[in-house]
Amino acid sequence: MIGAQPYLADGVDLGDIVLAVSKATIAFVVLLVSVMLMVWFERKVVSRLQNRIGPNVAGPFGIFQTLADGIKLFFKEDLIPERSDPLIFKLAPYLSLVPAFLTFTIVPIAGDFNADNNGSVTIFGRETFLQVADAPVGVLLFLAMSSVGVYGIMLAGWASGSKYPLIGSVRATAQAISYEAALGLSLVSVIILSGSLSTNAIVDVQAGAGAGFLPNWHLITSAFVPFIVFVIAGTAELNRPPFDLVEAEQELVGGFHTEYSSIRFALFFLAEFMNTVTMSAIIVTLFLGGPAGPNLGLLPGWAWGFVWFFAKLLVFLFMFVWFRATLPRLRYDQLMNLGWKVLIPVSLGWLLLLSGLRLASENSAGVTELRFIDSDSFNTVVFAGLAVSIFLVATLLLSTALRDSKKNRLKEHGLVMVDGSEPINTGAS
Amino acid sequence: MIDVVVFGVSAIIVLGGALGVVLSKNPVRAALSLVASFLAVAVLFVIQQAHFLALVQVVVYGGAIVVLFLFVIMLLGVDKVEDLDLPERSQVVAGIVSGLAFFGLICAGLFVSGPGGDEGNVALTGQIGRNPIDSTDDINQLAADIFTRNLVPFMATALLLTIATIGAVVMVKNSEADSSLPEAEVN
Repeated sequence: MIGAQPYLADGVDLGDIVLAVSKATIAFVVLLVSVMLMVWFERKVVSRLQNRIGPNVAGPFGIFQTLADGIKLFFKEDLIPERSDPLIFKLAPYLSLVPAFLTFTIVPIAGDFNADNNGSVTIFGRETFLQVADAPVGVLLFLAMSSVGVYGIMLAGWASGSKYPLIGSVRATAQAISYEAALGLSLVSVIILSGSLSTNAIVDVQAGAGAGFLPNWHLITSAFVPFIVFVIAGTAELNRPPFDLVEAEQELVGGFHTEYSSIRFALFFLAEFMNTVTMSAIIVTLFLGGPAGPNLGLLPGWAWGFVWFFAKLLVFLFMFVWFRATLPRLRYDQLMNLGWKVLIPVSLGWLLLLSGLRLASENSAGVTELRFIDSDSFNTVVFAGLAVSIFLVATLLLSTALRDSKKNRLKEHGLVMVDGSEPINTGAS
Repeated sequence: MIDVVVFGVSAIIVLGGALGVVLSKNPVRAALSLVASFLAVAVLFVIQQAHFLALVQVVVYGGAIVVLFLFVIMLLGVDKVEDLDLPERSQVVAGIVSGLAFFGLICAGLFVSGPGGDEGNVALTGQIGRNPIDSTDDINQLAADIFTRNLVPFMATALLLTIATIGAVVMVKNSEADSSLPEAEVN
């Protein structure tokens, strides 16, 4: 035999296969339907925010507009540009669609997390979780899929054999690589707090009440900063406004999918909205306790899980639509500055602070008096004080250094800085 | 049974991808074959229960590194067959010889060393991994290994990478200065 411990040592019987297939099918259908509704929701909400009515013809409230558009796209002519690389041109839409779906498989969408339940239900005599897969490295799968998803966009732009898609895809890749770091670092804060990589365990840790009436969500226990970084980096990762330089219509026609038409374009569109739904679901899982919530009776416990999950999900879907309707697009240099100079340092610093505090609270569990750091007591209060003072000193030093280097840089070009504001050209060289 | 099937399929993809890297004429397709190979290696890690390693393989090698390769290929515009310097005959011969030598080395490692060696010598018939039966969490195991026994090499690697990055920056800076000098003289 190969390997010491075969992956499925107990063997696979029909029940396992039926369970796995039905779970995957249900997740796929749920995701497709939610994408359909999300497109409609986005158009409707944006219209209302812009004082328009939006889709209102197909079905009640225009809810079937997306379906009509989808059918139309199916029957349109499929064009493949002459200068394209045909194989990769055809492959690219699937490369962005498949990771978009795979990420959703780790999201627990229902289940009862109250009392000692860990969200498991019994189907076909098997105890299982209401998510397609509970991988032991669940949240890393999310990072892996978001880095694989980059290929779809990148290759689409390259294989089109035309300049605007290429520029769009280069922008997309640079953006995705830059923001993945901030995304991962703020994710690590959650992992440190929950002590596990599995999404089910992460939700389970957040179940129940925390301090007083507040829920025990990572949003609160990690003190908001990782959450804010994650939402910003996630929006950038999705290439949604205000980070949609990738498909800036005024500059790049349609960005990486300019040359795509018909069903291949529809696949990109689908992947984009799937990613939006999935990113919202991941935020809910990591920071807002996913399906964990009180059982208010009437329904079985696992169904309440779905109700809570869906309610939280809607908040974030609305948030993404609101972003789009409100915020103007960033410039490219602003985008890079925000990613590298703000989000990464903030999330890295917060990660150090959180892990230090965690160590301190573990070590000083029985210690009551205030002591300085020694081998067996690593006092929380002392640690927090030290961290804040170091942070202040470092900020002071860094800002002085930045100011100084800017002054020198300006001097080189014959400019003088006036009080930290805009440089003035004195005419001297 | 099923792990043998999974192993077979992913082994074919690994080898096919590797052949694709070497044989394909188009640099972008070669890079994509590399991705296929990396992803299949990740599957091999998963059937060995090394979940963390598998995901790191996907994130770091399948994601970041090959994306950077492709980035450079696209930005430099060397994505046509004509841009490639095809290797000389002597290079091909040297490549085949060193490949065979490496293959022999691996075979020697697998077949010659007997069972019972659990520190480095892993026989084909023996168990792979240090203590696979009572393995707790592979993440905990890996973390304990890196941050206790192998802390110094780990930190040395970090230092090495930092030096490489700084070196790259310095080289770019220098070449800029060099290229601006002759221009100034011409003008």
